[in-house]
Amino acid sequence: MNVADKKDFTVVNQRVDKIDSLALACGTAQFTDDVDIRGLLTGRLLYSPHAHARIKRIDTRAAKAVPGVVAVLTHEDLPRVRHTTAGQGYPEPSPYDTLILNDKARYVGDRIAAVAAETPEAAEEALSKIKVDYEVLPAVFDTMEAMKDGAPVVHDEADSKNIPDARHNIAAKFDFEVKETEWFSEADVVVDQWYKTQWAQHCALEPHVTITYLDPEGRLVIRTSTQVPFHVRRVTAQALKIPVKSIRVIKPRIGGGFGSKQEIVLEPVCAALTLATRRPVKIEYTRKETFVSSRTRHPAVVRVKSGARKDGTITDAHMEIYCDNGAYGPHALTVMMCAGSHTIPMYQAKNNRFIGRTVYTNHPVAGAYRGYGATQGFFAWESQMDIMAEKLGMDPLEFRRKNYIRLNEGSPVFKAMGEGREGVEQKITSCGLYACIDRGLAAIRWRERKDANRGQAGAKRRGLGMACLMQGSGIPEVDMASASLKMNEDGSFNLHMGATDLGTGSDTVLAQIAAEVLGITVKDIIVLSSDTDLTPFDVGAYASSTTFISGNAVKKAALHAREQIVKVAARILDVPAEDVELRDGKAVAENGRSCTLSEVANTALYYHDQHQIMGVASHYAQSSPPPFAAHFTEVEVDTETGQVQVLDYVATVDCGTAINPTLAEGQNDGAVLNGISYALAEEMLFSPSGAMVNPSFRDYKIFATTDTPPVKTIIIPTYEPNGPFGAKSVSEIGINGPIPAIANAIYDAVGVRLFEPPFTPEKVLKALKG
Amino acid sequence: MTKTRAKTVSKTKGRAGRGTLKAADGVIAITVNVNGRDLAMRVTPGEFLLDALRREGFKGVKKGCDNGDCGTCTILLDGKPALSCMLFAAQAHGRRVVTIEGLGTPDRPHPIQAAFVEAGAVQCGFCIPGMVLATKALLDEDPDPDEGAARRALDGNLCRCTGYVKQVEAVLLSAKKVKQAARKGGRP
Repeated sequence: MNVADKKDFTVVNQRVDKIDSLALACGTAQFTDDVDIRGLLTGRLLYSPHAHARIKRIDTRAAKAVPGVVAVLTHEDLPRVRHTTAGQGYPEPSPYDTLILNDKARYVGDRIAAVAAETPEAAEEALSKIKVDYEVLPAVFDTMEAMKDGAPVVHDEADSKNIPDARHNIAAKFDFEVKETEWFSEADVVVDQWYKTQWAQHCALEPHVTITYLDPEGRLVIRTSTQVPFHVRRVTAQALKIPVKSIRVIKPRIGGGFGSKQEIVLEPVCAALTLATRRPVKIEYTRKETFVSSRTRHPAVVRVKSGARKDGTITDAHMEIYCDNGAYGPHALTVMMCAGSHTIPMYQAKNNRFIGRTVYTNHPVAGAYRGYGATQGFFAWESQMDIMAEKLGMDPLEFRRKNYIRLNEGSPVFKAMGEGREGVEQKITSCGLYACIDRGLAAIRWRERKDANRGQAGAKRRGLGMACLMQGSGIPEVDMASASLKMNEDGSFNLHMGATDLGTGSDTVLAQIAAEVLGITVKDIIVLSSDTDLTPFDVGAYASSTTFISGNAVKKAALHAREQIVKVAARILDVPAEDVELRDGKAVAENGRSCTLSEVANTALYYHDQHQIMGVASHYAQSSPPPFAAHFTEVEVDTETGQVQVLDYVATVDCGTAINPTLAEGQNDGAVLNGISYALAEEMLFSPSGAMVNPSFRDYKIFATTDTPPVKTIIIPTYEPNGPFGAKSVSEIGINGPIPAIANAIYDAVGVRLFEPPFTPEKVLKALKG
Repeated sequence: MTKTRAKTVSKTKGRAGRGTLKAADGVIAITVNVNGRDLAMRVTPGEFLLDALRREGFKGVKKGCDNGDCGTCTILLDGKPALSCMLFAAQAHGRRVVTIEGLGTPDRPHPIQAAFVEAGAVQCGFCIPGMVLATKALLDEDPDPDEGAARRALDGNLCRCTGYVKQVEAVLLSAKKVKQAARKGGRP
């Protein structure tokens, strides 16, 4: 069999140790801030205390006079280039509405000035001495109010671009309709319901941090905690009006991102300080700054109006969504569209309609966050499915099974809705949802527990809930990844790729793919990823793209290297090239003769027809095969206190071939717990004047070990023909399930349906009291 | 770093001429036993142990919140887990500090470090040094923890990547590995 299509894996689908995990466990792996740089200055930012205010005057004289202060910058010192901080493919589908430092404050926490000083103390003192004259303006905090005539206009400047309707604070809009019949003409049951999701932050344990310095030739080096090094380079060049070639971006180990680092937040301002001082500068966010002034999840108000026939066939799917982007518009269009494009195709309906708006308010800025709109959308849809099933008198599982998209089926939504532009027509090429549901039901003992819960009495009631999910695998016909593999004398390889491991394990997964092709182990692959000077391009780690798109690029690069290896080996072994296989670190001929890869490398480098064996390849995908998942949970609701406790959680997932089952399970476990924590506890809260009041882990609760219920991930293997060795994505899908599954379980337990997470005791109790 | 900082301070002081940087004026000389070696450090009264350790090169001590909430800066102080962001450096004077660097190295990892790797408990890894040290403290007290004890031991260490599933497994695996190592006569 052709090596590209092999299914008898030796490295892929194996639980290989994550290649950087030992160094991380020993504390020797280097994150952005784990280097000592001589003469490093501390960069700090001044933030607006007002939610909406025009800056009349900034006086920096006293700040500049503070001993140890080297530079103080305001918008007057920087190029006035409106850009987006969204790390997306160029041209970005987000409005160009941001300056590095703003001339108008649009939220409490908007950045007004930047300081570089010899010590943190001097920097802090300088910040306190910057005098800003604000003209305070009326602010708008409500998503729906912001769109009305006469609402305060967040972006009234003339030079922003790609804002569809600035006067009504509309940062993005998208409508689409495909219908076969009159709306609801065939529906026996119609459910029309509104849902609302809350502000939430990613809470990567490593805060945003960037170090910038000039190399000996005067080029700008940006060492930064990012998911998108190549977009960082491009956007920093754009915002500072300097050439791309004058910038090098280095991504060291990253302490988690979850979308928050798909955003060019600190790099341009830190670079501006370095350019102003000619000195190395570090800006490291505190936890409070990370909450308030990095990025958040777009809260959403969602309406779903759906219809079904008595037999359970869904006829109509109408979805409206209003996302709050806060003060600026990163990912305004695409998060909103993904809320529909990942959810509406889940169940096949004749009539499909989507109305989407993303609005500006005077809140902190929303951006990419794991799930990327699908989380908000699936809460609505998977709650709606249970409500409809009840109205139909059907088992919610059977109702879903009757309607979900199947192998070889398409959806008009795939074509109509892409990420920021028209999508790509595609059919489902792998789907393990049936098995996901079956295995999940068995694992959580659904029937048995349902029976046990019948006729419950007492203050504590138990209930079961579930949700079905899908996501994508990269952005088709947009995302591109590339990789190179260089062979060394000892038969090892340098794998250089743009792909960005932010803690996900992608360096390991991609090395496994290369090793599988080359018949070696990952120990013989030296991975270097995400250095814009040294590695080829990759869009970065987002949209669940790395395994699927970067994985295909690495596989192609390895096949390219393999061709060259086989040719040299064939000469050494004196057999035709097609008789040579690579396995166990050797080139093996059909006649049993073999040579080591080291012999092959040395022959190529020193003895005959000297050349560097090197594979290079790029990949972009024409489809985005969805992973599928089914989540099941049992909760216990205390009807006296309103406390909801998750007793058990089973998350099955079809991610095609799990290149590394341990890492795939880890991705899913983490996504699920983030979702559970979001469903029950997490919410950014604001004062009436728009200041976040809980910007710490003490007041913004994320689950710790003793809060965490048993979470069980079950991987359901399928084979995705377009993925590398059958793989598709796994990283995001798991976060979409907990809110609806828990909402459905609460309803099953106590007959109360909640439409606004987090499902805190207060909310549950209020709902119980009617 | 230290050198640059000291130079800067004196320069700044000279310019200000009035000792405006009071913290910088009162540099304290302390001695802390870090990872088995006595280390002389010059710290300021307001300086936290976390920052002092990182300045001395112990970069495995992480700063995740600076507020005592996340556990990434966990060290062992006289054998007990402590949050180095909540301790003044001067409070460590004359005491024993163990950072992740003192436990094992990639070529000779501690069984707990090996267990975290084997269990697949390391994703981004930012929280792992703190978790490994919290595990060390647990196993020193209770060599045979059950799952509940493992969860309680890691309760102060937040992680956003793993859902704690494999980390709790890693603590239980650590217990096994530490016992195995002890039987083989290696270090605990």
